[in-house]
Amino acid sequence: MLVVKCPVCGAEGDETDFHAGGQAHVRRPASHDPAHVSDEEQRDYLFIRINPKGLHFERWRCDRGCGKWFHAARDTVTLEFKAFYGITELPPADVIAEAKGQWAEYFAKRLKAEKQA
Amino acid sequence: MSKPYRLSAGGSRIDRNRRVSFSFDGRQLTGFAGDTLASAVSAAGQRVFGRSFKYHRPRGVVGLGAEEMNALVGVGEGARHEPNLRATQVEIHDGLTAVSQNRWPSLTFDIGAVNNTFSRFIPGGFYYKTFMWPASFWKHVYEPFIRRAAGLGKAPEGRDPDSYEQIHVHCDVLVVGAGVAGLAAAEAAAKAGARVIIADENPVFGGLADISGGAIDGLAQADWALAKARTLASAENVHVLNRTTVVGHWHHNFLMLFERVADHDPARLRTGAPRHRLWKVRAHQVILATGAIERPIAFANNDRPGIMLASAARGMVERYGVAPGASGVLFTNNDDAYQTALVLKAAGVAVRVVDSRARADGPLPAKAREQGIPVDAGSVISAVNTSFGGLSVTDVRIASYRKGQGRVIKETRAACDFVAMSGGWNPALHLWCHNGGKIRFDDQLQTYRPDRHADRITAVGAANGSFTLASILEEASAAGSRLAGSGNVHPVPAVMQAGQQPMEPIWFAPATGKYNEGNKHFIDFQNDVTAADLELAQREGYESVEHTKRYTTFGMATDQGKTSNLNGLGVLSEATGKPIPEIGVTTFRPPYTPFSFGSMAGVLTKDLFLPIRRTAIFNWHTAQGAVFEPVGQWRRAYTYPRAGEDNHAAIAREILAVRNKVGLLDASTLGKIEIRGPDAAEFLDRMYTNVFSTLKVGKCRYGLMMNELGFLTDDGVTVRLAEDHFLMHTTSGGADRIAAWLEEWLQTEWTHYRVFVTPVTEQWSQFAIAGPRARDVLKKLAPSFDLSNEALPHMSFVEGRLGACPVRVFRISFSGELSYEVATPSGFGLGLWKAIIEAGAEFGLEPYGTEALHVLRAEKGYIVVGDETDGTTTPVDVGLDGLVSKKKADFIGKRSLEQSYLKGPNRKQLVGLLTEDPGEVLPDGAYAVRQVKDKPPMEMIGQVTSSYRSPTLGRSIAMALIENGRARMGETLSFPLPGGKVVRATITDTVFYDKEGAKLNV
Repeated sequence: MLVVKCPVCGAEGDETDFHAGGQAHVRRPASHDPAHVSDEEQRDYLFIRINPKGLHFERWRCDRGCGKWFHAARDTVTLEFKAFYGITELPPADVIAEAKGQWAEYFAKRLKAEKQA
Repeated sequence: MSKPYRLSAGGSRIDRNRRVSFSFDGRQLTGFAGDTLASAVSAAGQRVFGRSFKYHRPRGVVGLGAEEMNALVGVGEGARHEPNLRATQVEIHDGLTAVSQNRWPSLTFDIGAVNNTFSRFIPGGFYYKTFMWPASFWKHVYEPFIRRAAGLGKAPEGRDPDSYEQIHVHCDVLVVGAGVAGLAAAEAAAKAGARVIIADENPVFGGLADISGGAIDGLAQADWALAKARTLASAENVHVLNRTTVVGHWHHNFLMLFERVADHDPARLRTGAPRHRLWKVRAHQVILATGAIERPIAFANNDRPGIMLASAARGMVERYGVAPGASGVLFTNNDDAYQTALVLKAAGVAVRVVDSRARADGPLPAKAREQGIPVDAGSVISAVNTSFGGLSVTDVRIASYRKGQGRVIKETRAACDFVAMSGGWNPALHLWCHNGGKIRFDDQLQTYRPDRHADRITAVGAANGSFTLASILEEASAAGSRLAGSGNVHPVPAVMQAGQQPMEPIWFAPATGKYNEGNKHFIDFQNDVTAADLELAQREGYESVEHTKRYTTFGMATDQGKTSNLNGLGVLSEATGKPIPEIGVTTFRPPYTPFSFGSMAGVLTKDLFLPIRRTAIFNWHTAQGAVFEPVGQWRRAYTYPRAGEDNHAAIAREILAVRNKVGLLDASTLGKIEIRGPDAAEFLDRMYTNVFSTLKVGKCRYGLMMNELGFLTDDGVTVRLAEDHFLMHTTSGGADRIAAWLEEWLQTEWTHYRVFVTPVTEQWSQFAIAGPRARDVLKKLAPSFDLSNEALPHMSFVEGRLGACPVRVFRISFSGELSYEVATPSGFGLGLWKAIIEAGAEFGLEPYGTEALHVLRAEKGYIVVGDETDGTTTPVDVGLDGLVSKKKADFIGKRSLEQSYLKGPNRKQLVGLLTEDPGEVLPDGAYAVRQVKDKPPMEMIGQVTSSYRSPTLGRSIAMALIENGRARMGETLSFPLPGGKVVRATITDTVFYDKEGAKLNV
């Protein structure tokens, strides 16, 4: 049973005191341009998820504590949490640097977009 | 059978001055305080403890502790009976009753033993090969056979009278096992200031120190261990737990410890002690000092009663003063087992040694020879002969052996009545492996050792493959100091121990006679898996060891492969010609040894099992004799039967009261969520399929909610209390889920919305007053507001007072009648309820329950999410397309509704059904078929979602989801029921009563 720590209220506890909410950083296309969401985009949004062996990014909720959603970076092999961070935030830079494969691509794209904006 | 085996002296664990009487299989026996069931029954001369799983072969004690796989017994009677306990770990006490298992009718004569005679027809994978056809045999022939044959114990009868408890603790260092390694590690950690828990499954600390010879700091090992245990017990920062098994290791160093508080001393139960206690420990560091388990050797018929591990024979003599027999043969491939020969000799038991190694000339074998013990090096046991029925050993055959030899060339006979065997030692890796620890094969020890682990866990001593006293103490002290965070390494005590020559593996001893004819080389004793079974699985193509495990059931029994695992891998290695590391390993799973269901439940039984939610009116309902039904955690009044009435009659009466007069429903369980803030209206537009931003203050609107897949998840009426303030009603079961759902979207997607979501379900009591006389009832309650249809029309809201009670009144209806839902703060709930009952008396008001509510809504064709929907149903499917906004650009689920797979032509659509026979009520869930056939399969085209007898219409009504249902109006469908009856029903509109809604607007 994992030990999870809420970055909002600071509560640390067993995973049963928290709620695992699946993959983090999933973009909901209809929130941005509802008139132009292709079938494929909607399919990907609903069903396609990254399933890495190694560093992964997830959503959790502090169920028995403050009730807030937050993000976590977790290694799916060692099960070690690398970071807990806010629900509207990106992971710390050193954790992003460790990301591989699809996650590395995602963060590279995201950081580039933010720089341009 | 009755030869006394208790030696005249010796036995470090027993107190010869305290006699204990107990019974085994109804036989009254006497032992000494400190005896285990295994030692006391053996002392009385009994060898056979049970029958094996598949062949029903008689079996005796093999091990000394947790590794015991044969002698499983049931202890206690009636509700206190506990099955499948290892006789080697059951401590006897006065009045203990124990029974053997898996035998019928008796231990000495067992009908199932014919399986042994016909064993040629019960090869590995027998279950898969035999119980395949015909399918109809499953229920009445195969399943009863397998269930009877799978004779592992009986469940207790009746409710458990004892109490159990759980405790959650944190510690710096958890030391698992209190042998020499564990004690040394705990001492070092404690000295460094760490908060330490040390747990051991045995009643006495020291592990195998008492039977391992050697000395530490000038003390005998056992004395050293006892001294250390005493010191630790008195230390403030150390918690010492005996009779406590660490049953599992889970992620992030979460461990469960199973403490047997009162099993050895039931008098404690009477003082209020729990029987078992489950410790849930979160440890910063874990030190595994779980020791090692001796391996049996696979020789022909190595399972006969009287054949045991060398360590078990040694322990019997040294701990309990019990001889394993009058004369024995020790079969070994290592030096360590010679200690057993020396102990037996010293106790006056005749013994000779058979050593599979070509040379046996280390210090221990030399000492054995000095003592006059005959040693046959380069030899194996090639046959075991028994008395009739295999109940006891009479003699063995000893054959000369060279490494790798497969056939017996020359053999001699040796009379004996027991055999001690030792194939070397396996580190107890179970806890290391529970949570993904990696292991590596050690060529010298011919066994697996711990390698890497992602968690903060360290193995020391024999558990780490270190078998010399010096290395055990050094490793343990270093680990204890280091893991406690101390820079100082604890001093390592001086030791004295005989040196040992390396062991040599022997995975299969050649046997007299043709291979496998009557000879069984057992690998997994508990599941009756032999070397031949493993070879057969290999020949049949089960190459992966995990497949072999499942096919043969090797390593799968309650002992989780403690003695069988490595021997099985050795046999597979020889069968495939691959080295053991290439065979792979199977997975050890928790628990290490089984633990009780009582301890898992702890105090969460009976009333604490599931909290029950009650409305403010609960006691009134109870006093009125209401029948309750569970709705989530709520208990709701189902109906209020009067004297002489059954539920059906009561429900019909309640329905007619609402239709003709007036009824009162406790709707307090309805989910209520307040949504407030400048962006509340826009937020609701995102959440609901229909528009809420256009709703006027003081008005109500029925809304539908979908998930992102476009499927209905909830519905209810939402009221606009003020420009920025809404009150949302959800289904009773959906209240918590929908509140969390709203929060999730606010926190994760539309984070800029200024909105608060507050669940207020329990803050309000809410009642529906429904029926043509509803207004008359309210008028009598001194309302502070105008109740006329003009001032308060259908779907509107007013806030005010009814007499002294502050109320919110919603004119909404789930029955189709004139109806007011009145909400008042919970503290006023019961008073208002009673006032309404009193005021309504003259109008014929009756309370009605949830079943009447459901019939009333079904008569009107109102859906219930969860009845008319099943998680794959869209608003369009249930005919509510009108509530799915075309104007709003985006709301949850909108885009998915456009996906092609939800727009196909053959979706199931909600329709009404009228049976041809108006008295026939279709069962809920009955299937409509395209064409009725004599027997299944028949193509199903839909199912009944709600079905009731309607007293209003005087006939049955139903709703159903039917393929293309709306295009089939007037069509008659067939619903075949179990038993062959076919009910026919015609598709109609879903509204059966007051189609134009005239009754609502009065």
